[in-house]
Amino acid sequence: MHEYPITEHIVKMSEKRCREAGGRKVVTINLVLGENSGFVPESIHMYFDLIAEGTLCEGAEITIKRIGTKLKCPSCGELFTRKPLSFACPKCGTDGEPTDTGKEFYIESIEVE
Amino acid sequence: MHDVKKVDVMEGILDENDHIAGHVKEHMEDHGILVVNEMGSPGAGKTTSLKNIIRHLKSAKPYVIEGDIESDLDTRDLRGLGIKTFQINTFGNCHLDAPMIHNMTGNMEFDEKGILFIENIGNLVCPAEFSIGEHLKMLVSTVTEGSDKPYKYPLAFEKADLILINKVDLIPYLDFDEEFFMKGVRALNKNVPVFKVSGKTGEGFAEVAAWLESRASELTDRGHHEGHVHKHSHE
Repeated sequence: MHEYPITEHIVKMSEKRCREAGGRKVVTINLVLGENSGFVPESIHMYFDLIAEGTLCEGAEITIKRIGTKLKCPSCGELFTRKPLSFACPKCGTDGEPTDTGKEFYIESIEVE
Repeated sequence: MHDVKKVDVMEGILDENDHIAGHVKEHMEDHGILVVNEMGSPGAGKTTSLKNIIRHLKSAKPYVIEGDIESDLDTRDLRGLGIKTFQINTFGNCHLDAPMIHNMTGNMEFDEKGILFIENIGNLVCPAEFSIGEHLKMLVSTVTEGSDKPYKYPLAFEKADLILINKVDLIPYLDFDEEFFMKGVRALNKNVPVFKVSGKTGEGFAEVAAWLESRASELTDRGHHEGHVHKHSHE
């Protein structure tokens, strides 16, 4: 549910960049969203059309690139995706440590006309 | 047909929030205030933990901001104990964010140095994602929620600077697997201090209060020192 204010912010950021680039409207917004960012793509899509109405983003398409969460094994260095209820490295069994991969949440680019 | 132009943005959605959080932190440091963002599920005992911690504070003055979706029950409760408490109602929003705290702290008076506790909305997911200007994130987990919580809500445990395991007086009646719980905590957060507490019996909170006071005094020592250097640089 916290995607609502976040989506409002995405619309505002995109409008600002569109104006700065001399555009009249935003056609596409390319987002990058890590699986461990805590934000749900379906909810962003759901709120977007509603929020974008009457703004420079009305009718724009949002593309969302998902990035999977990775842990890093402190023993063997393996980067891996964890299994439910476990942090164990699939190679050596040591518990992996959190990394920044999967926490991404940014606008990569927008397309304007 | 109009030309479509691609504009590189590469800007984090939360950058603005984090920027404002930085201002809040700076403002609080100017007043010698350590900011603690208290997170936990609904019913974990966040308000009860605050009351217990504050009871044990020796020199730091407590200030509280209560975040709730609705109602001011906890605020009235804390004010009844003479604790300077301010209410934020989010009316549906599942977490506090930096602009809300910025607005609130801008209107508060901090007459003495101390600790500002910000009780976040009861939720183990969203509050972990938003900085609100805190120095420390304090996570209240409980034995009644079960030992799998670090595995199911890893971000909250990863980001915590201290963790309380509350309701430990109930351990004899539950199947809480402390070893499994701590294995998850340590995988996510190797050195985080973990305190076992009970809001019912009050055990463990004196240690939490002492730990927080020592963080608060580190902050004011540093602030004092920096203030000194700053002053001299103008002479």
